Amino acid sequence: MEWRDEGIVLEVRPLGERDLVVSALTFEHGRHAGLVIAGRSRKRAPFLQPGNRLDLVWRARLESQLGRFTVEPRRLYASILVEDPLRLQALAAATALLEASLPEREPHPRLYAGLSALLGRLAADEDWREAYVRFELLLLAELGFALELDRCALTGATEDLVWVSPRTGRAVSAQAGAPWAGRLLPLPAFLTRGGPADPEQIAQGLRLAGHFIARHILAPVDRPMPAARERLAALLAPAPKTEPA
Amino acid sequence: MAAAPIEELVRLLAKLPGLGPRSARRAALALLRRPDTLLAPLLAALEVCARNVRRCSVCGNLDTTDPCAICADPDRDPDLVLVVEQVEDLWAMERAGAFRGRYHVLGGTLSALDAVGPEELGVERLLRRVAERPRIEVVLALSATVAGQTTAHYLAERLKPTGARITRLGYGLPVGGELNYLDEGTLAAALAGRRPVG
Repeated sequence: MEWRDEGIVLEVRPLGERDLVVSALTFEHGRHAGLVIAGRSRKRAPFLQPGNRLDLVWRARLESQLGRFTVEPRRLYASILVEDPLRLQALAAATALLEASLPEREPHPRLYAGLSALLGRLAADEDWREAYVRFELLLLAELGFALELDRCALTGATEDLVWVSPRTGRAVSAQAGAPWAGRLLPLPAFLTRGGPADPEQIAQGLRLAGHFIARHILAPVDRPMPAARERLAALLAPAPKTEPA
Repeated sequence: MAAAPIEELVRLLAKLPGLGPRSARRAALALLRRPDTLLAPLLAALEVCARNVRRCSVCGNLDTTDPCAICADPDRDPDLVLVVEQVEDLWAMERAGAFRGRYHVLGGTLSALDAVGPEELGVERLLRRVAERPRIEVVLALSATVAGQTTAHYLAERLKPTGARITRLGYGLPVGGELNYLDEGTLAAALAGRRPVG
């Protein structure tokens, strides 16, 4: 068995003193693991970091085996982001979420493209907070739990959508949702109308996506939200408002 | 087939890092062939270590005394603390001989997969230690990996309210390194950290 593909490293685990088991999201083969011989060497360790984009060759005698990866660097995002606490945390959160939520060896080319685009935004330091929230919504959609944010679940209205039902994942307009306002999740405006988002909207977007990821993807397999994702949400939370003196 | 005690010796040696079953057998034979000059002294050294070596309650280093020799050394600057992941990193710094402050050994990095959180890393112990000295500088000497640097950023954020000066080791060209072989991130970091010459 042999294939070539490009992949983004999600996680690396040491095996013995020299080798690494690398889990990567590949374009055609989904989340796939493989052994990298001498992966902890001085030559290979710098590019075997979560978030780095690699050219991969996977070889195994049988398809069911772990197999071996031969790796070549393509774009090293981790080393670009390593000095920026927020963007590095976003990279760690995105890769940890995918590692925790994606089934192995199931192709998700749209998700691969979404992660590539997010990494590009992170590297360019350009609207990455909005891109991160959209990336999590894409993850939900790819796994079959797309949120319906384009029309009100109660009235069919396409304007003034400000809530999302925490049960159905469908948008609710301000007027129709008013009686249940305390129980609905806020829908940040940038997800329906586009444009830049303020910290409050980013926090709302993370809460919205996090709620459904925990409910539909992680809870059924008894997994907690990855700590890296929790920490990103804490770092991006808006500063508490201070009362005027 | 070797006798049972020898097989047991090989089995235990094979658990050591860098030794597989074959090299463990060679090591066992080397010990057994030199009982007076190698086996007995090794046994004595192992007994001494097993009885006396413990973790320093201040910094997490391994030593026969608590506090360890580094923490108890009055010639070392108590207002300069270098935070490392593991004891081997502390040893590496000591081999370099360039650091005259004290250490704090975390014991790893934050890792959701391995269930390593701030409690397992003894972050509160570090915060208490820093809070005791108003003019302290904390040098974060963690690996330049995603896990190492997310941990470093986390520590920096937790340490910020203490008012301590927080620094980290520089990134850039390794001594003996050639530009052609460096990754783009290291090159960018080296450029950002450039210094005047002369």
